[in-house]
Amino acid sequence: MKMKLAAAITACAVTLAPLPAAASGEVNIYSYRQEFLLKPLLDAFTEETGIKTNVVFARQGLAERLEREGRNSPADVVMTVDISRISDLVDRDLTAALDNETLEKNIPENLRHPEGKWFGLTTRGRMIFTSLDRVEEGAITTYEELADPKWEGRICTRSGKHPYNIALISSMIAHHGAEEAEKWLQGLKDNLARKPQGGDRDQIKAIAEGVCDVAIGNSYYYGIMLQDEEQRPVAEQVRIVFPNSDDRGTHINISGIALTRSAPNRDNAIALMEYLSSAEAQQIYARANNEFPGNPNVPPTGIVAEWDELNPDTLPLQTIAEHSPEAVRMVDRVDYDR
Amino acid sequence: MNQQAAVSDVPVTPSPLTPRRTSKRWLIAATIITAIVALPVFSIAWLAFFPDENIWPHLLETTLPRYVWTTLLLMAGISVITLSIGLATAWAVTMCEFPGRKLFEWALLLPFAVPAYVIAYVYTDLLQYAGPVQGALRDWFGWQSARDYWFPEIRSLWGATLMLGLVLYPYVYLLARAAFLEQSPSLFAVSRSLGHSALSTFFRVVLPIARPAVAVGLSLVLMEALNDFGTVDYFAVHTLTAGLFDTWMNLGNLGGAAQIAMVMLTFVVVLVTLERYSRRRQKQYAGRDSRAPIQRFVISRPRQWICVAVCAAPILLGFVVPAVVLGHYALIYFEQSWTSDFLNNAANSLILSTSAALTTLVIGLILAYSRRLHDTRPMRTLMRLSSLGYAMPGAVLAVGVIVPLAAFDNQIDAWMRDSFGISTGLLLSGTGFALVFAYTVRFLAVSAGSLESGLQKITPSMDMAARSLGRSTTATLLQVHLPMLRGTILTAALVVFVDCMKELPATLILRPFNFDTLATYVYQYASDEMLGISALPALIIVVAGIVPIILMSRSIGSARAYSQQ
Repeated sequence: MKMKLAAAITACAVTLAPLPAAASGEVNIYSYRQEFLLKPLLDAFTEETGIKTNVVFARQGLAERLEREGRNSPADVVMTVDISRISDLVDRDLTAALDNETLEKNIPENLRHPEGKWFGLTTRGRMIFTSLDRVEEGAITTYEELADPKWEGRICTRSGKHPYNIALISSMIAHHGAEEAEKWLQGLKDNLARKPQGGDRDQIKAIAEGVCDVAIGNSYYYGIMLQDEEQRPVAEQVRIVFPNSDDRGTHINISGIALTRSAPNRDNAIALMEYLSSAEAQQIYARANNEFPGNPNVPPTGIVAEWDELNPDTLPLQTIAEHSPEAVRMVDRVDYDR
Repeated sequence: MNQQAAVSDVPVTPSPLTPRRTSKRWLIAATIITAIVALPVFSIAWLAFFPDENIWPHLLETTLPRYVWTTLLLMAGISVITLSIGLATAWAVTMCEFPGRKLFEWALLLPFAVPAYVIAYVYTDLLQYAGPVQGALRDWFGWQSARDYWFPEIRSLWGATLMLGLVLYPYVYLLARAAFLEQSPSLFAVSRSLGHSALSTFFRVVLPIARPAVAVGLSLVLMEALNDFGTVDYFAVHTLTAGLFDTWMNLGNLGGAAQIAMVMLTFVVVLVTLERYSRRRQKQYAGRDSRAPIQRFVISRPRQWICVAVCAAPILLGFVVPAVVLGHYALIYFEQSWTSDFLNNAANSLILSTSAALTTLVIGLILAYSRRLHDTRPMRTLMRLSSLGYAMPGAVLAVGVIVPLAAFDNQIDAWMRDSFGISTGLLLSGTGFALVFAYTVRFLAVSAGSLESGLQKITPSMDMAARSLGRSTTATLLQVHLPMLRGTILTAALVVFVDCMKELPATLILRPFNFDTLATYVYQYASDEMLGISALPALIIVVAGIVPIILMSRSIGSARAYSQQ
C-alpha cells in the first residue's frame, strides 16, 4: 500500500511537469546562459515568428543530458557562453552540420565552425582594467605586459580555471607556443595581489578598493556595472583597456548556438538561428548584455558604442578550444589559484 | 541466497526478531528498492571505467595533495562547529529550564532553511570591502583603502567552514535532540545518584546512548560539506569537489570526474564504517520507563543566561543576519524582482519537496524495518548501498540519474517502434519524475538513517510481544513501531523536505523545459552576481522552510507528550 502511495505521489509530480512537445510551433533550447538574459531576445523571436521557445538553463550536465537522451532528445539547439562548452558538444558529435546561407552571410568565418556545427552570435573582449588614479594611461596595452615584474603585487584576476581565463591562456598558447605561454602565466601569477577569487566584477571592485591596480575581465561586466546605479561609482574608478589593439587584436570569446543532431523541430531551430544572426536580434542581444554583435554589419550599441573600437583577434575560436586542455594543466602547474 | 547468508552471518546476537515465515517479503522489497535507488551511483561507477585519459598522474603531481588536505581541514572544522553547537543547544533545550527555551526549541532549526550558497553570498556582501562592516570601520578609524588595514578575508577556508557549519549544525541538533528526548530520564537520575556530575553524566551516559543518532547527524553534515560546490567555489576554496568539477567541465573528462567521485564515495564509506565498527558491540534499547516525563534542571540565573546566549548565537549568525540582509535587498529591489512567476515557482518547489519527502519516508521505513527484521550482513549492505546517493555531489548524481532513465526511455521507445511503429519518446527523462527520483536517491540516507537509528532504540521485546500476540510484521510496524517513532518520522520528513527545497545542482540539470523552483530561480540571478534581485526568492525559500520547521518541531515535542498519555 505504501508503495502504491509513493507511486501515486510521483505520478502526480510527473503530470505536473509539462511534457516537452515535439509539436510544430515550438523550439526547445538547452542553455548555458541564464534564461533571463535570453528572454528579451526569445520574446522578440516569438512575436515575429509565432514560434514558442522552451528553455532549460544549467551550468553543467546539459551535454551529458543531450548525449544520453540520444535520438529522442527534445532539445533543438544548445546555447553557450563560451567556446569550450560548444566545442565539447562538437567533440561528442552531438551537433548537426548546418549549411545555411543566411548564417554564413551574417556570421564571419572565424566566429563559426568550418562545417557549420556551431555559430558565434555575440563576442566579448577579455579586457584589462586599470586604476584611473594609480596607473597612467598607456602604461599597459598588451596581455604580454601583464607578466612584466613592474606589476608585482598589483594585479587581480578570477580563478585561472574559469573558462574565460582558460580561453585567454589558450590564445596565448596558440600565439606564443606552450613554453612561452607558461612563462607568461607564471609571470602573471607572480604579479597577483591576492589569491584568485570571485568573478570578473569583483576584480574591478578590488581596484576601487585599492587592493590592486590592474585587473582582467570581460567587457560586458564593466558595461553592466556602469548601468547599475550602485556599482557605477566603482566602475568609474577604472579605465577599460582593449589589449593588443595595435597588433594581433584583443582576445575574444563568443556566446554561441548549435543545432543538435536529434532536433525534433529542426526547421524552427534553423529559423531561430537565422533570426539570432539578423541585424534586429543582434542589436537586442548585444544591447541587453553589453556585448559586441557577431554580425559585422551591426554596429555596437548602448554603452559599448562609447568605448574604443574593438579590433578582435582573428585567431579561429576552434584553435582556442583545441588548446584548452593544455591551458587547464598549465594553470595547475604554475599553481595559479593558490 | 540471502537466507544462507543470514544463517552464517549472525555472529553477535542471533536476531530474536527474524520471523520465520513472512520474512521474504521485506527482504525482497528492500532488495528491489535498493537496486533501483543505487542505479545512479552504479552508473557513475560504471562511467569511472571509461575516462578520456588518465587524470591521476597530472593531479598527483600538481593539485591533488592540496585538494585532499583542504578537504580534510574543511571537514574537521565543520565537525567541530556542528558538534559543539548541535550538542550544546540540543542538550540545553531538552534538559534545562531557561527563558525562551520553547522558542529556541524550534528557532534553532531556522538556519537549516538557509541554503549554504545564499549564506555565502550574504556574508560576502556584509564583510567585503565595500560592505557595511568594513565601511563603518574605515569611517571610524579614517582608513583610506584596503592597504591601510587588515581585515579577515571571508572568502577563505575558515569562511567556508564557518558558513557551512552555521547552516549544517541543525542536522546534529535535530538528531541529538530527538535522541535526548527518547532517552530514559531514569538513566540520568541513576548516574547522578551514583555521584556523577551533570557534565560527567552527559559524556559518560547521555552521549554514548545518543551516539548512533549523533553519528548519523554528523555523517550527513560531512557528506553535505564534502559535496558542496556552490560555497567552496564562491570562496575559492579548492576541495576535492572543486577538482572533480575541474576535470569534468574544463578537461571534458567525465570518466575522470567519475573516478574522483568514486574516491570521495569510498572515503565517506570508510568513515561511516569506522564509526559503526567502533560501536559494533553496543546495543541500546530504551527501557520501558522512557515514558516518564523529563525533569528539566533548575539552574541558576547566570547559567540560564549562558544557555540563552549559547542558543541565540547560532540563530543570530545563521538565520537572523542573512534574513535581515535578504529582507533589506528584497525591499530595495522589490519592483524588479516581484514577478508573477513566483507562485508558480513556489508551488513547484513545494510539490516536488513534499513528494520527495513522502517517498523517501516510505522507502526509508521499508529499508529500516527490513534491516530490523534481518540484521544480517547482506541486509546491512543493502542499507549502506541505498544511502550512497548522498555521498555524491548533486550535479554528478544528476548525470547518474540521466544515464539509467534515458537508457530506460530509449529502450522502451526502440521496442515500441520495432513492435508497433509508435515512438514513445522520453517517458521519464526531463520530467518531474526524474526530479523526485533524484531527490529520493540523494536524500534517502537522511530518512533511512534516522529511521534506522530510531528503530534501534525500540527494544526487540516490543516486536516479540506484538508477534506473539498474533500481529504480522506489517501490523507490528504500523501499530507498534510507527506510533513510537512519530518524532523520528517527523524529523526525517522535515529534514528531507527542507533539503529538497534548497536542492540546486540536480534540479538545474534534470528539470523539464521552462520549469523553475525557487532555488533555480535564485541561482539564475545570484550566479550572475545579482544578489539584489535574487534576495526576494531567496527569502521565500527561507520562509517556506520555516513553516514546516515550526509545525514539525512542535509535533516532535508533542510526540513525547503524546506518548506520555
